[in-house]
Parts: sequence; C-alpha cells; structure tokens
Amino acid sequence: MFANLRRKYDFTDVLLWLIGGILLIFILYGSIVTLTSGKYTTAQWLNFIVFGLAQGGIYALIALGYTMVYGILGMINFAHGEFFMLGTFGAFFMAEALSATGLLESNWVISILLMLAAAMIVSATVAILAERIAYRPLRRAPRLVPLITAIGVSYFLQYTARGLFGSGVEAFPNVPALAGSIAVGPIKIQNTQVAVFIATAVLLLLLWLFVSKTKVGRAIRSVAEDKDAAALMGVDVDRTIAISFAVGGIMAGAAGVMYGLVFRQVAFYMGFVPGLKAFTAAVLGGIGNLAGAVLGGLILGVIESVGPSLFLEGIGIPAPHQLKDGIAFTVLVLILIFRPTGILGERLSKRA
Amino acid sequence: MRMRTLLLAVFVVAALALTACAPAAQPAAPAAQPTEAAAEATTETTTDAAAVPAGACDDPLGCIEIAAGDPIKIGYALVTAGPNASLGEDSARGIEIAVDDLGGAILGHPVEIVGEDSGCSPEGGQAAATKLASDTSLVGVIGTSCSSEARVGAPILSEVGLSMLSPSNTAPDLTDPEKHVDGYFRTAHNDLVQGAVAADFVFSDLGLTKAATVHDGSLYAVGLATAFADAFQKLGGEIVSQQAVNVGDTDMRPVLTTIAAAGPEFIYYPIFTAEAGFITSQSKEVPGLENVKLMAADGSFSQDFVNAAGDAAMGMYLSSPDFSAFGDAYQDFLKKHDEKYSEAPLSAFHAHAYDAMMIFAAKIQEVAKQDGDTLVIGRKALRDAIAGTTDFKGLTGNLTCSPTGDCADPKIAVYEVTDTEAWNPNVISPMKIYPK
Amino acid sequence: MQKAKPFRLMDAVRLGLFGGIAAVLIALVGMIEAFNKREVINGVISMSQVMLMAVAFVSAFFAAAQAHKSKPGQTIPAGLIAGAIVGVLVAILALAIVPLNMREVFVNATPRLAKILMPQGMEGIAGAAVLVVGAALVGLLAAVLTYLPGLLRRSILISLVAVVLLALLKDVLLPVIPEGLGDFLYASNGLTLVGAVTSFIVVALIAYFWMRVRPSTSKRIAAMPPAQRRTMSFVVTISFLIVLFLLPAVLGSYLSEVSDLVGFYIIMALGLNVVVGFAGLLDLGYVAFFAIGAYTMAVLTTPELPLVRGYIPQLSFWVALPISVGMALLAGIFLGVPVLKTRGDYLAIITLGFGEIIRLLVLSDALKPGLGGAQGVTGVARPVLGGIVSDTPQEFYYFILISILIAWFITSRLKKSRLGRAWMAVREDEDVAAAMSINLVGYKLLAFATGAALAGLSGAFFGSKLGSMVPASFNVLVSINVLAVLIVGGMGSLPGVVVGAIVLIGLPELLREFNEFRWWVYGIVLVVMMLYRPEGLWPDATRERELLDFEDEPNVDSEDPTGLAPSATIPS
Repeated sequence: MFANLRRKYDFTDVLLWLIGGILLIFILYGSIVTLTSGKYTTAQWLNFIVFGLAQGGIYALIALGYTMVYGILGMINFAHGEFFMLGTFGAFFMAEALSATGLLESNWVISILLMLAAAMIVSATVAILAERIAYRPLRRAPRLVPLITAIGVSYFLQYTARGLFGSGVEAFPNVPALAGSIAVGPIKIQNTQVAVFIATAVLLLLLWLFVSKTKVGRAIRSVAEDKDAAALMGVDVDRTIAISFAVGGIMAGAAGVMYGLVFRQVAFYMGFVPGLKAFTAAVLGGIGNLAGAVLGGLILGVIESVGPSLFLEGIGIPAPHQLKDGIAFTVLVLILIFRPTGILGERLSKRA
Repeated sequence: MRMRTLLLAVFVVAALALTACAPAAQPAAPAAQPTEAAAEATTETTTDAAAVPAGACDDPLGCIEIAAGDPIKIGYALVTAGPNASLGEDSARGIEIAVDDLGGAILGHPVEIVGEDSGCSPEGGQAAATKLASDTSLVGVIGTSCSSEARVGAPILSEVGLSMLSPSNTAPDLTDPEKHVDGYFRTAHNDLVQGAVAADFVFSDLGLTKAATVHDGSLYAVGLATAFADAFQKLGGEIVSQQAVNVGDTDMRPVLTTIAAAGPEFIYYPIFTAEAGFITSQSKEVPGLENVKLMAADGSFSQDFVNAAGDAAMGMYLSSPDFSAFGDAYQDFLKKHDEKYSEAPLSAFHAHAYDAMMIFAAKIQEVAKQDGDTLVIGRKALRDAIAGTTDFKGLTGNLTCSPTGDCADPKIAVYEVTDTEAWNPNVISPMKIYPK
Repeated sequence: MQKAKPFRLMDAVRLGLFGGIAAVLIALVGMIEAFNKREVINGVISMSQVMLMAVAFVSAFFAAAQAHKSKPGQTIPAGLIAGAIVGVLVAILALAIVPLNMREVFVNATPRLAKILMPQGMEGIAGAAVLVVGAALVGLLAAVLTYLPGLLRRSILISLVAVVLLALLKDVLLPVIPEGLGDFLYASNGLTLVGAVTSFIVVALIAYFWMRVRPSTSKRIAAMPPAQRRTMSFVVTISFLIVLFLLPAVLGSYLSEVSDLVGFYIIMALGLNVVVGFAGLLDLGYVAFFAIGAYTMAVLTTPELPLVRGYIPQLSFWVALPISVGMALLAGIFLGVPVLKTRGDYLAIITLGFGEIIRLLVLSDALKPGLGGAQGVTGVARPVLGGIVSDTPQEFYYFILISILIAWFITSRLKKSRLGRAWMAVREDEDVAAAMSINLVGYKLLAFATGAALAGLSGAFFGSKLGSMVPASFNVLVSINVLAVLIVGGMGSLPGVVVGAIVLIGLPELLREFNEFRWWVYGIVLVVMMLYRPEGLWPDATRERELLDFEDEPNVDSEDPTGLAPSATIPS
C-alpha cells in the first residue's frame, strides 16, 4: 500500500516544503496587496509593532518560566499560566492596599516595587508548593503523568481563585505616574508599555546572570544536563529543581504586575490563554532556551498584532483580528517545518 | 476463536439494538415508556388526578402537586463556571434576592432553588435542561444564560411541560414565530429591539453617520452588532468597519488601529465586561480614535465594566433597560445586593433574573389551587398565565409578554457614563440621556 | 518516604495542619456555605458538616494509620491530635472572620460563614471549644477504626462514602428508583435517618462479603480448564452486553443523557488511544477532528446555510455520517504530514495549534456563509431509522453504544495486528523501527487517520444529538479532558478508557448542580489520581509492568514523547 512511499524522506520533505511554500505565497500575496492598498500609514504600522512588542514582552516573561521548567524537567507545566494569574491577584491586592493608603499616588516607584514583591512572592510560593506536592513525587514517572498532574493543578488553582476572590472582573487601580505617553518619532508609546520593555529587558538580564554566573545557576544547568551526574557531583537536585520553579514563579509574578499595569484587569480565568500563548512562544523560540523564550514571545506578540492586518486584509478576509491566534499558530507550524527545534533551538543546559 | 466470539457478540448486540430501538421510538405508545419524562409526567398526573377529587387537575400538561410543608421548587440553568461565570452568578443572585423579598415562601410553601450549571454551551444547556426536566416536582425554570443553551435546552423543557423564563437570552431566533417553542419566555431584550434603539440614538440624536462594530464571537454580541448594523444602514448611516475579537483577548490596540484606518465617528461594541473594558481603555491610546464616540450594550452595564475601563469610559454610552421610572425599586435592590454579597452586581442581568423570579411567584399564586392540604399547579395554566403577563411592574420596566415569549419592556434607554468610580444608574452614573 | 522513619507525634501535628489548611480552604472557597443548605441525613447532619468532619477524619486516619504501623501505642493520641488541630484551625477561622473583615480579599469570608462553621447556636470561645472537641472526637473515631481488622475497616469506609454519595445524588436517583424505595430513603432534604442507617448496613455487608468471597472466586476461576473459562467469560460478556442494552429503560432520560456524554468521550478516548497509546504521538488538538465530524454533519444536513445548499443538497443523517467520518479521516492525514517531521513536545504544540485553528475557522466571520460563524448551525438532522426520528437521549444511547462497540472492536483488533506491533515499535524507538524497515510515514499517518476517524464518528453523533452547534463547544479543554480520561483510565487499556470516562466525565456531569466546585474537585482528583495511581484506574497488563519498572531503569535520554517505552525517563 505504501510501496510508492518507500523513499519516505523525499516524500515528506517535498510535501512539507510544498505546504510551507503555499502558506508563504499566501502570506506574501496578502502582505503585498495590503501594503500597496495604502490603507495604513507608516505610523500605524509602527504602532502595530509597538503594541505587539508590549504584549509579546508579557508573553516572554511567562514563557521564561515555562522554559526553565521544561529545560530542567522536560515537563510541560500547564499550570504555569495559573501561577501568573495568582501573581496578578497578589499584585492587585497590594495595589488596592497601596491605593487606600495613598502611597500609589505619592510614591509610584516604591509602590511598583511592593507590587512586584507581592506578586513574585505569591507566584513563587504557589510554584514551589505545586512542585513539592504535585510534581516531585512524579519525577521519574512517564512524561504524560506529570502532564496530567499539571492540568489538574491548573484546574485546582483556577477554581481556587474563583472561589476565594469571586467570579467577577476586578479593576486594577490606576498608577497616575504611568499614565500618559512619550513621543518617539511619528508614534506615541504608552508609559506602561515602556515599563514592560524595561522590565522584560532587566529581568532577562538578571535571569541570564543568575543562570550563567552564579553557583546556583550552574547547579540548574548541570541538573538540566543530567540529573544523576549532577547528584553525583554533589548538587542537591531536589533543591535545584525547586529553585528553578521559584524562579519561573518570580518571572510569572513580574508578568502579572506588567499585565496589571498595561491591561488593568484581574479575573480568575485570565491565566489560561496567556499560558497557552507563552507555551507557544517558548516552543517558537526553542523550548528550554531562555533567550529563545524571549524572542519567541516578542515574535508571537508582533505576529498577533501585525499579522491580521498585513496578511489577511489583503486577501479580503472580514474581521481579520478574530483569526490572530490562527495566524500565530500557522506561523509556528511554518517555523517548525523549516526549523524543527524552534528559532534558537537549544537546551537550557547548553547555554543559558 | 476470539475473532468468532467478538463477531458473535457484535451480532447479538446489533440484533438487540434493533429490537430495543424500535419500540423505544414508537410514538404511539408513550405510556408504555416509563423512562420518557414527558410521558411520565402526563401518565402520572392523569392517574393522580383520578385519586384526588375531580377538578383538582384538569390541566392538559398535568399538574405539580405540593403537599403541605413541601417546598415549591424552581430550577435554574445558568452558567456558573468558566469564563462566563459572572454572567450566570449575577442572575443567580438576582433570583436569591427575589426569593428573600418573597419572604422565602410562596403561598406558605418555602421556595427551593435547584441550580444547574449550563456552561454557556449547547451541550451544557442540554445536560442541564435534561436534568431539570427529569425532576417532576419542578414548577418552572429560570434560564438559560446564553442563547446557545436555550436553543437546545428550551425544547427539552418545553416537552415535559415546564415553563422557562430566561434573564439573559437575547438572540432573535428564540422568539421568532417559526422557531419559538411553547413555554419559552424571556425578560431579556431581543437584540432587534436594543440594536434598533442604539442605531436610532446614534443616527438621529448624535447625528453621526459613520459607525464601526465589534463583536466577540458570542451569539449575544454577533446578534446585537448585526441588528445595530442593519438598523443603522436602514436609517442611512454607513458601517465602515465590522471587526471581531476573541473572548480572552487582552490587547485590543491592533484591532482598534484597523478600525481607526477606516475612519469611523462611532464604535459600537456590544460585548462583555472584560473585553469591552479593554477596548474602552485602549481606544484612547490608538491614534485616530481620540474623539470617536463609544457605545456598549447591557452586557457591559455594570460597575465592573466602568472600573475596568477606567477614565476612558467617561462620556461613553451604554444601552440598557430604562430604570428611570422605577428608580426606587432598583435602588432598593442594589442596597440588598450590597448587604448580601458586599460587592456591586457582577453583570447586567440580575434585575432581569429578579423579574423572572417575581413573575413566576405572581403567576404561581394566580393559578395555584388549594386541594385540601395540597397545592395544585397546572403546567399549562402556569404557561398561559405567564404568556398573559401584562404591565407587570418589574425592576426592568413594565413587562408584557408577546405571544412568542418576549416579555421585556421594549423601553430601552441610552445612558452616559458620568463617573468612573461610582455606579448607580440614573442617580450618580451612568445617567439616562435618551430617549429624552 | 515514611518507610524508613519511625512515627513521631510531630507527624500527626503536620497531618493535622495539612488537613486544617484544607478545611480552611474549603470554607473560603465557598463550598461550606454552598453545601450548608443540603443535608446528608434530614435534620441530623448537613453536607457541610460532613465535609468538615471528613477532612478531620481523613487527617486523623492517616496519622493514626502511620502511628499504628510503627508505634501502635501512639495510635489514639495521633488520631486525637490530628483531629483536634483541624478543629483548631477551623475554629480560628470562625473566630477571625468577623473581627478581621477579610471580605475585600476573600469574597466568601462572610459573617454567615462564621455562623455556619460554629456548632449550631453557639459562638465565641465556647463554640470554638466545642468545635475542637468535636474534631478531636472524629479523630478518635478514625484512630479506633485503625484497630479493626482490615476487611471490616474497609467495608465501613466504603459504606460511609456510599451513604454520602447516596445523599449527594438524590436528585439524580430519586426519579429513577421505585417510589416506595424513594420515600423510604429520602426525606425532603437528604436521606431519612432510617434510610441512611439501613443503606449503611446494607452496603457494609455487601462490601464485606464481596471482599471476602472475591479472592477465592478468582482463584477458582483461574483454576478452571481453559475451555470452561472461555465459556464463562463469554457468558459474562454477553450478560454484560444485555445489561448495557437494557440500561436506558431503567436510567431515565437524564442518566441516559449523561451516559451519552460519557459515550462520546469513550469513543474519542478509544481513538486517542491509538494515537497516543499505540503510536506514542502526543496529540493535544484532538478536538479538531471531533469538531470536523460534528460540523460536517451539521453543514451537510441543516436546512439553513443557503450558500452551502446552493452547491450541496441537504443530506440525511445516514448519508452524512460516513462523509463526516471520512472528512475527519482526511483531516487526520492532512495533519499527519507536518507531524511526520516533529517529535515530542513540538508535536504537542502543533496539534494544539491545529485544534485552535479549526475552532477559530468555524467561529470566523470569514467562513460564516459556509459554517455559520458565531451564530452556529441549527437544524442538524437526527438519525431516522425505519421512518422514526430518534431524538431522545435513550435512543441515542443505542447508537452511541454500537459506535463504542465498533470502535472497541477496531482498536482491539488493531492492537494485536501487525500494524499494532509496528506502531509499538515506532513508539519504543523510531530510529530502530525505521532501521527494521518499518515505514514511519505510513504508520504514523495511519495512526492519526484512525484516531481522527473515531473522533469524527463521535463528533457526528454529538452534532446530531445536539441539533444545534456553536464553536464554543470545541475548545482546547475537550482535548485535554480526553487525554485525562485516557491517562486516568489507564492508557492502552480499553476497559480503562470506559472507567476513566465514567469517573472524569460522568461524575462531574452528575454533580452539575455543584457548579463551580466540580472543576475544583476535578483538579484535585486528577492530581491525587496521578500521585497514587499513575498507571490509571484499570491499567493494561503489559503497560502496568512497564510502569512499575520505571524506577529501576537507567536514566537514558529518550525521544519517546509519551514516555511509555520501558526505558522512558524524563530526558534532561
């Protein structure tokens, strides 16, 4: 039946390239038509990109946690989006308290640092607890088992938040100092978006320093490379894994604060979609790779923002923004066809 | 050997299936099918009717009999889990407050609320409706939350003789004369009504002619956005852009940039709190939309929404039932809500749910007959009584039911947000501005 | 963990704290208040009281059982301490709610909750003291239980759980059971006292004798000559099938409805088992094929969608059914192509993306004329058999049952066939399989296509049964739930899939009235299941052996995405 497919590699490659080619032609055609129609001004295109980068920065921060855990355990931690959600709640309650005391207006730097602290503590604590209670006993189980556990943890955390904090949407208090925007060339960038860019860059730098320069970081890399060998070399594997969960949680907490500042809403279900997106971003960049997670997040954000208008409007698709996730996943498939292990495609152990 | 066993098993199974299926589907012998809830209801009540004095139950759909001290059971099928949970929970609270206001009892029988989560999906609606339908002691059902649930759930409830009153279904097809099922009513506004009022307001009152619409892929939003667009174009306006977002989206700036490129004077986005909040707050950050007028509908008519939208909501419009004539009753409701749940209502349909419960209570009192110690409520009689509702003073206006189940007061008002911290319709914010 | 260390009373304190935190969480999440209206035994004990007592009981039981193993003398104190600590934490919560006013953060921390937590009519320190003493007594009871012989203890525990379940499922059972029995068992709210005691005794007796008789019976069966054993298993199978076919008559419409839903998931899980269990390809977008099956059925048979009707005539259910399955199968092959190159988690994310793309496409305004968009499609055809339209849950039950049997037949035959062995070879090690001249492309595609076709079958019935569809029914949670059914049931095991679907789909469905809490409990159940029974509820014999081996295996880097190969450990 498959006799004619015997030369399988040729067949697969040809087929994949064919699919990739067709998709590329569609994308290019749509882009050219949109661009030549002149519907959008240059400033608007730049706006699309800035909006995408801001959203992408938040994806990137969440994706860092995904990638840390994946790099070290090879496990897709589906509950990571919920760590992010709980961190946002932590930041929210801190912000409420600050707003009540008036500190939010009078001293925004300390306020934001306190919010970051609250969010990071909550997210990291939940991450450590989840690791300790739900994941550690399954360290050596087949990989689907921790995957299902993670899904269970995700449901549990989501509905715990619903029960504790209610089912409504809560509004983040305004940080007056971050209102307004700065002008860069033809476009205006919101202060909150600037904050996201700075935070992402600083946190990535810190994380990179932590993983590559400190002793704990070296332990993390060695555990990612080979748990048994690391244990033989005197690395406390359990502790190291707990630390990387905590670090992932801290990043998720930071993402929560950024999310709160930019989008100003908190709800119990808000972790799921960004969690999926961050997972996608991590895979896009090369899962297990820290720089890849950030790159993947930013690219994903930009594609979601620019893609619908650029690729789809030209072909005459109505309401193109509805399909932005579809575009993001299609681009992901394309990238994986041409680069099967993601854009940067390396593991945590090889380089941070 | 194993092969043969399996084949044999399949054969036996197939034979059984055929024999088992045929009688099960025979409509001629419903009485022989004790498992069919509908049949059960009628057969049971006819035999029961013989036991009680003649005239106690002459209802073609049968009666519910409630012995002294037993509760009057009202079911609800609302979405109380998942991302739409606040919609259903809001309605459930409306029902609870109504029960409190009734003193927890109707005609001396305590009111028991049997709640089912319907998940805002057809399969959830089907399961919830089937479960409620199997409870023969139920008097009526309040629900569903989402129109997609009602499409599947209403026929199931209708078949067993139950009446249902939805606080938040707005899809036009549910009360379309061709598709309406008996016993289905709603206190929520048909999209066609609300969309037309919004279009009228924008075109005639604001004098704007270029509008854009955004929906979120929910039946409610698509229905309203379409109704608005149709009415607006009929009036002579132009719809310059029709966009959509997804539930769960957070960054609306790209879609708003696309809208800005089309140059509208007005954006209509009849979607729910979270996404509507994002659109409102982010619209001020998108060049070209600084002076565009914004309007959302009753799906966002809540404090959560203005809080989420922040200062950007200032001066925007919201359409909702006209509270102005019934200010006191609604104020009272808000006070009770705050006492009981210590927060503002979660969504916009609590008053509709309250009215639904109150209609049930009034109509049960109207049709219930006392038979010794037992309260007898005819199912058809209750249905007819609800259908005959005229000028029922509710929180959402004067309710009058149309033959196809639209009970909402057709008076829709447009409100302007004048304060983003406080929420008290027509007292602090939002203030009614149309019709004048 | 506890193997080496001897028991210390600190362990009891820790278990008590753990239980206490759980109890406080249960209260703050809102479960206590929500369940307070329901009673287990009418006028005697409410659901929320049972819940709090259960937490104290479980902590104390574990503490006592641990103590009993290494230091029998400390059994009673261990139980008392663990129980009392749970009581203390609950009492602290009850006392703290009003003065601290935590409602800004915890919406359920209302004065009402404080009142409910306290023993009836009591407040302040006195109430708290009664609470602690009560919890300690429950702990004592648990500790005493550990002294009972194993068989008796287990029957009592099973019976206690059964009574609570009986009370929980009142709404479901009452319409189904005979009226006399219903009146005997149930009061207007919860069980009657007599009914509760009787059912406790009856269940305990049955459980006791069943557990006593079972080992000897299974030994006797094992000792039978093969021919006789085969006849017996044949008889058991047939009687089981007969029961299955008679079931809807007993179940009533609601339980049939639940069975139908469970059935949809069983078919899907059987299909996913081929992809994940047999071939080892992790598919997180399985819902796509379900959606394709359902939408093909809908689009082909609805009288609406004028655009489509312009090209394709309106078909009947039976014509559309094979087309739906075929479309899903084609989609499986189509998705199979990019899958050929990717492995492991990349595969997972591509399939996940595919599932989302399908959902977005059916939702989109762009394809609205053809697929109905957000408004969905209504008027989907129902199966017509001999001129009679089937539209009740009971009638669908038969169609679904037959589909399950077909799916079961196909997958169990495939498993034992050459194809099945080839899949397993691919799963164990792709490179070796390729070297053994197994055609990777073909076999992977076949696995995907088989799985997809079964999901399409399930989807077609799903669409027809609903009669009206919106895209919201096809979100990623469906894929995740099917996977959970498969793993919790026991991967590769066909009965396991059925058990998994009943536990994960059927039970939450029956507890629909408990709304938001069912997903909370669902999450806990998933975690606890995976911690204590990672091999699943009804595991496949060979796979169980492999799983139990996993700890002895060397830590080798493996590309096997599902980790089901005997050598599979987590790669680093």
